[in-house]
Amino acid sequence: MNMPTPPNAPRLIVIGNGMVGHHLIEQLVELGAHRQYAIIVFGEERHPAYDRVHLSEYFSGRDAQSLALSSTDYYAEHGIELRIHDSVTAIDRDANEVVTESGRHPYDRLVLATGSYPFVPPIPGNDREKCLVYRTLDDLDAIREAAEDATTGVVVGGGLLGLEAANALRGLNLDTAVVEFAPRLMPMQVDAEGGALLREKIEALGVQVLTGRATQHIEAGETSFHRMVFQDDKMLETDLIVFSAGIRPRDQLARDCALEIGERGGVVIDDHCLTSDPAILAVGEVALWQESIFGLVAPGYQMAKVAAATLTEGDATFTGADMSTKLKLLGVDVGAIGDAHGERTPGARTFRYLDEIKQEYRKLVVSSDAKKLLGAMLVGDNATYDTLMQYYANGLELPEDPASLILPSSDGAPTLGPDALPETATICSCHNVTKGDICATLDDGALDLASVKGETKASTGCGGCAALLKSVVDHELEARGVEVDQSLCEHFAHTRQELYSIVRVEGIKTFSELIEKHGTSSGHGLGSSSAPQLGCDICKPAVASILAACFNEPITNAAHVPLQDTNDTFMANMQKNGTYSVVPRIPGGEVTPEKLIVLGEVGKKYGLYTKITGGQRVDLFGAQLHQLPDIWGELIEAGFETGHAYGKATRTVKSCVGSTWCRYGVQDSVGMAIHLEERYKGLRSPHKLKFAVSGCTRECAEAQSKDVGVIATENGWNLYICGNGGMRPRHGELFATDLDDEQLIRTIDRFLMFYIRTADRLQRTSVWRENLEGGLDYLKDVVLDDSLGLGDELEAQMQHIIDTYECEWANTLSDPEKLKRFRTFVNDDGPDPDIIATEERGQLRPA
Amino acid sequence: MNTATALKSEVTWQTLCSKADLVAHSGVAAWLASADTQVALLYLPGLAPEVYAVDNHDPFSNANVIARGIVGDIKDEPVIASPIYKQHFRLSDGVCVEDENVRLRTWEVKIEDEQVMIKT
Repeated sequence: MNMPTPPNAPRLIVIGNGMVGHHLIEQLVELGAHRQYAIIVFGEERHPAYDRVHLSEYFSGRDAQSLALSSTDYYAEHGIELRIHDSVTAIDRDANEVVTESGRHPYDRLVLATGSYPFVPPIPGNDREKCLVYRTLDDLDAIREAAEDATTGVVVGGGLLGLEAANALRGLNLDTAVVEFAPRLMPMQVDAEGGALLREKIEALGVQVLTGRATQHIEAGETSFHRMVFQDDKMLETDLIVFSAGIRPRDQLARDCALEIGERGGVVIDDHCLTSDPAILAVGEVALWQESIFGLVAPGYQMAKVAAATLTEGDATFTGADMSTKLKLLGVDVGAIGDAHGERTPGARTFRYLDEIKQEYRKLVVSSDAKKLLGAMLVGDNATYDTLMQYYANGLELPEDPASLILPSSDGAPTLGPDALPETATICSCHNVTKGDICATLDDGALDLASVKGETKASTGCGGCAALLKSVVDHELEARGVEVDQSLCEHFAHTRQELYSIVRVEGIKTFSELIEKHGTSSGHGLGSSSAPQLGCDICKPAVASILAACFNEPITNAAHVPLQDTNDTFMANMQKNGTYSVVPRIPGGEVTPEKLIVLGEVGKKYGLYTKITGGQRVDLFGAQLHQLPDIWGELIEAGFETGHAYGKATRTVKSCVGSTWCRYGVQDSVGMAIHLEERYKGLRSPHKLKFAVSGCTRECAEAQSKDVGVIATENGWNLYICGNGGMRPRHGELFATDLDDEQLIRTIDRFLMFYIRTADRLQRTSVWRENLEGGLDYLKDVVLDDSLGLGDELEAQMQHIIDTYECEWANTLSDPEKLKRFRTFVNDDGPDPDIIATEERGQLRPA
Repeated sequence: MNTATALKSEVTWQTLCSKADLVAHSGVAAWLASADTQVALLYLPGLAPEVYAVDNHDPFSNANVIARGIVGDIKDEPVIASPIYKQHFRLSDGVCVEDENVRLRTWEVKIEDEQVMIKT
C-alpha cells in the first residue's frame, strides 16, 4: 500500500488538519496523488482530525479517540507526513516556503484548510477568566475545567453552534441559559413561528432562553462569578460564559502574504479552489467563493474534492453548495431547505402547518404557480425532510395539493418513490452520490446494498440517507430483475424476522408444527414417503432460538433437543478434539474464595485444563461427554449455575470494581453488573450478548466494546449499545444518559427484545444496528420514545423470560431420561479411546 | 424388507443397544467392539429406514463427534452436519455433500424387538 513517493516529487503542503483538511487527504489518496506528491500536513491542534460535528458528545462519554476521523496509522500508511501541534506562522510566497514553529518547509503546491475561529462579540469584559469559546477539543477541556466549580453557564449565541454549545453545558450538568441578540433562536434557519416553537421545546428541557438581548458588558458577579449586563440594564449572573456567536475565516496567513481577501474576510477562490496565487488553493471555511463563506461540512467536502481534482489535473469545479440542513439540536429536530424564509423569489407562496400539542411546525415555500418547491422549514419533526429535499434539489413537480406533503400522514400522504427521482438526484450529500452513480454500480455487477455502499461510500457519512439509499437500491435491483432471496434456508421461504412473527402470532411451540404448517414443501416430504421435511442445521437452531425467546421452555425438552447445536445440546462448548469446556456463571466476575476453591478442586479432580476467560470467569477444558453430569453435580452443589457460554444467549456482564473499592468510582458497577447478569441470564437471542458495566468514565470494564455497555456518571448511568470487539471492532454508541437504575433496566429490556424480534439469524447487535433502517435515531424513537407503541409488550416479554428462567443443568440433573444423552457410548462405559492428552506448563492439553 | 435378506442377515446381524438408547431426530454414539470402532446411530422415526449408522469419526476434524451433529435434509436427502466444521454427510451412503471424495462408512441397521441391530 505504501508505495514510495519518487525522489524529486513535487511537494504539496496542506495547512490545517480539520474535517475538510482530512477529507482533502482522503480524496488525494483515492486519486493516488500521494504517490505523485510528497505531502506534508500541518495541524495546529494536539489531535489529528476529529469529528467536530459531534463535538458535544465529548461530554457525554466520547473521547478524542472515538471522535477521530481516521486511525492513527492512516497518514503513515500512505506515506504522508502529518505534523500535528506544529503551527504555521507565515507563508513566504517569494521563496515558496511555509514557516512553522519547527522551521521552513518548501512547497510546490499549497492548500489552506485553516478553517475558522469563533467570533467573540466586542463586549467589554469578554476577556475575563471563564469566558470561553466552543470550537476545539482543547476548548472543551477548558470548559470542563471551568465547569468544575460552576453550577450555571451561559451561551452567547442562539444559532446552530450556540445550541450545540448549550447541549454541551447541559452535559456538564450546569443550569444553562442561551442569550441571543436576534428576536428568536436560529434566526438563519427558522421564522418567528418556528422560533417560538423551538424556544418552547428547548425551555421544556430546562434551558433558559433570552432573546433580543444585547450584552453591554460583563463584570464580576455577586452570587456567581460573572454578571452580564444587558441593554435594558437587566442582569444575569452566571459562573461560566461560552461565546458561540458565529465563525470568522482564519485568513491571517493569507492576509500576511497578500493573497486576495474578501471585504469581510475569507480567501477568495475560483471554481477550481485556486486563490489569487495559482500555486495556492483554499478549501473549507477559510475560503470565500462568490462572496460566500460556507459554514457547513458538506460544502467543505465538496471543495476538498474539487481541490484534489485541481491538484491532479482533473477538471472538477465548485459551483456553490446548498445550505439546506437537517439537525437535531438538544434533541429537537430542525430542518431548513433552500429559501426557507421565502425571501429570494418574488411571488413565492407558503403553506404552513402548526401543531401546538405535538409541537410540530412545517412550512413550504413554493413558486407562484405552486408547481416547484423553493424552500421548506421544519421544527419538531424532520420525518418529511428527505422527501422535501428531493423535490427541492431535483426541481420535481409538486403534487396537485402541495399541502399534503406537510399535513399529518394519517390519510397516507404521497411519498416520493425512488422511481420518481431523476438520475441526477443526490442520494448521499456527504459523499455526493447520485442515483445515477448507484445505478452505474449496479450495472457494474453490485448485487446488494452492502456492495453499493462499499463502492460509492453512500450512506457512510452521516447516515441520514440510509433509508432512501436502501429503497433506491431495492427498487433498481427489482427493475433489473434481481430477486433478493430472503429465505432462511431451503426449508423456509421466510426470513428469521418473519418466522419470529409467525411463531408469536400463531403461538407455535414446536419445530415440527412450524415446518409442517410453514415449510417450503409442507405436504410432500422426503422421497416418496409422506413424512415431513426434517429441517437442517441452519433452520433448526434458528427456530430453537426463536422458540426460546418467545416461550422459554427448557431447551432440554425432548421436542427441542434435536434442534440445538451440539453446544446447546450438551450445555458445554465442544473443542477441536470432541471434548467439552465448562464455564459456570460468575455474575459480574465476583466470586467468593470458597467457590473459587471448588472450581480448582473440580478442575483437579477431572484433570481439566483451566483458563481465565475474557468475560471474567473460569473455563475448564477437556471434559468428556459422560463426565459432564458429574462435574455439574459438584458445581451446582457448590452454588454455581450454568453460564450459557455455549449458547447464542446472554454471556457475561463484565465489571470493574467500582465505587466500593476504587477511589475514582462514582457508582457500584459490580452491584449493577450482577443485577444485569442475574436479570438477563438464560436469555436466548439471534447471537451471543455481551455486557459490561464501568464504575466511572475511565471505562476499565471496556463497556463501549459490548452489545450493552453501561458507564457510571455522577447522576446515574450512561448506556452504550451495539458495540463489538472481536473480528470487526465497533465502538458502542451512546444511547441514553444519566439514567437511574429503573430507567436503565427498562431501556435495556426494550432494546434487547426489539433486537431479538428484528435481527437476522446470527446477526450481532453491531451488524444489526448498521443495517437498521433509520439508524440510531429510529432505534431511539422506538426504545426511548416508544414510537411504535411496543414498549409495554417488549417489557412484558422480557419479564416472561426472566420469570421462567431455570438453570438448564439443574433441570437436566433432575431427570434421568435427559441424563441418558450424556454418555460417550450408549453401550459402553469407557471413555473415547482416541482422546489423548499431553502435559504442557503443568496442565493437560490435547496431544 | 424381503424374506431373503432377512434370512441371510440372521447370520451377521448383532445387537448394538436398545431402542430406548436412541434419541429421536438426533444421534448417539455406540462402540462397535467387533470392528474396534465407534458408530453414530441416527434415529428418524417415521422415515424409512428409520435408523442409520455411519462412522462417528469426522474425517475433517479427526474427532469422534458425528453423532453429536444436527440431523436434517438437503435436497430431500437425509444428512448429518458435523458439529465441528459443519460439513454435511448423506446418511444413505456417507458421502460428504461439500466434497464427494470424502465419505463416512455406513452400516445397515434395524430395530427388532426394541433392540438396535447392526450388520457387520
